[in-house]
Amino acid sequence: MPPEDITKVQELIYTTPVESVMAKDVIVADLSMTMVQVKQLMREKRISGMPVVDGDRMVGIISISDLIKALENGLIDRPVVELMTTNVQTVFKDSYVAEVVNSLGPRGFGRIPVLDRDGRLVGIVTTGTVIQNLLRQMDISFKKKEEEKLQKYRASHIFDDIVSDDTCLVLRFVVNDKDFDNAGKASSQIKKSLQRLGMQPALVRRVSVAVYEAEINLVIHTDVGGEMIARIRRDRIQISAVDHGPGIEDVEQVLKPGFSTAPQWIRDMGFGAGMGLANIKRCSDSMRLLSEFGGGTRLDILFLLRDHPVGPLSVSGKNS
Amino acid sequence: MTIKEIAEILEGVILVNSHPPDEDVPRGGAADLMSDVLAFGTEGMVLMTGLTNPQVVRTAEMAGVSVVVLVRDKKPAVETIELARESGITLIRTGYTMFEACGRLYKAGLAGRGPVKIENGSW
Repeated sequence: MPPEDITKVQELIYTTPVESVMAKDVIVADLSMTMVQVKQLMREKRISGMPVVDGDRMVGIISISDLIKALENGLIDRPVVELMTTNVQTVFKDSYVAEVVNSLGPRGFGRIPVLDRDGRLVGIVTTGTVIQNLLRQMDISFKKKEEEKLQKYRASHIFDDIVSDDTCLVLRFVVNDKDFDNAGKASSQIKKSLQRLGMQPALVRRVSVAVYEAEINLVIHTDVGGEMIARIRRDRIQISAVDHGPGIEDVEQVLKPGFSTAPQWIRDMGFGAGMGLANIKRCSDSMRLLSEFGGGTRLDILFLLRDHPVGPLSVSGKNS
Repeated sequence: MTIKEIAEILEGVILVNSHPPDEDVPRGGAADLMSDVLAFGTEGMVLMTGLTNPQVVRTAEMAGVSVVVLVRDKKPAVETIELARESGITLIRTGYTMFEACGRLYKAGLAGRGPVKIENGSW
């Protein structure tokens, strides 16, 4: 197994709760059963051991080796409660898999019952259930990565595949005012799109910071929300944050670093320090703020991709 | 310094593990002001903060911050944890204060970003 896969397994066992690798439908023996009945149940269900329960409480565990001992000693008609192991290692369902992997296996236990925090039996883990579920999770994360690679490959060729004298990709996002639960979603989408287009990480970071500041401004300061529009060309990215009110009274003043009209609750969230526009200006190649008090506001931000146009550099094309 | 080392030095709990434990974190920083994170954050860094709302994670994502450490054992909202999982941010909780969390990591050799140059009244 290559080293990165070992790391992935380690990561999974330390972050996956037992609950997601256990078998939920636990086959159990009732406290009142005899060893003969236990033998039949094991044969029927093709299992090598099971918890013994009294209602929803686990009182012990019975395994095939206990059964062999009963047969050898002529105790096969005795009740299960006399021959079961009562000192059982259990695990809580919200513990991590790492806690049980070392106890399972040929030198440890064949199975470990899983309890909830109230002590009720909710599942069982064996080496088999652990391996099966971890492999499934690794497969899911592998597929996700491959899909992302493929999407990035396709997107990064868009300006070569779609040819015109001026090809422009337009992304438009509606931003609601005071909606902090969704604040930053548009910026997150823009960032992912730029990554898929194969843009330089440093540029992606500059654009991300600027659009996020602009988006937060729409959420904090507008009274009817607004929209973010990203226009992506081979050689430049233009971002516009547009809203319909309430407008800015003194545009000169809001451009001064440290000036803010944000209320206290916004400041409590870590925003509204009056550095947003200064930060946007610092990140971008040019910025323009237009506003009419009582009307709308428009913020245009420009990024030039002179050094690193989108797409493979070897392709010669007409750059606008 | 690796993410695993950071968690150990801070005696922290990894709430969301979005990176391999041996991934290198080049720098660290601390802020409760999200504008500061956006202005001074660097790619792949670890951010110490006392805020626990989902916007901390969103800000980290936008600023290229890989690891967010919640100080003073603050419990984040479920939304914060979910967003971290979704946006690929590693989230760690520590019992240490902001000062001590920073101090322990700095003492163990984690770099900051050096003096920040401020020009013409902005930066």
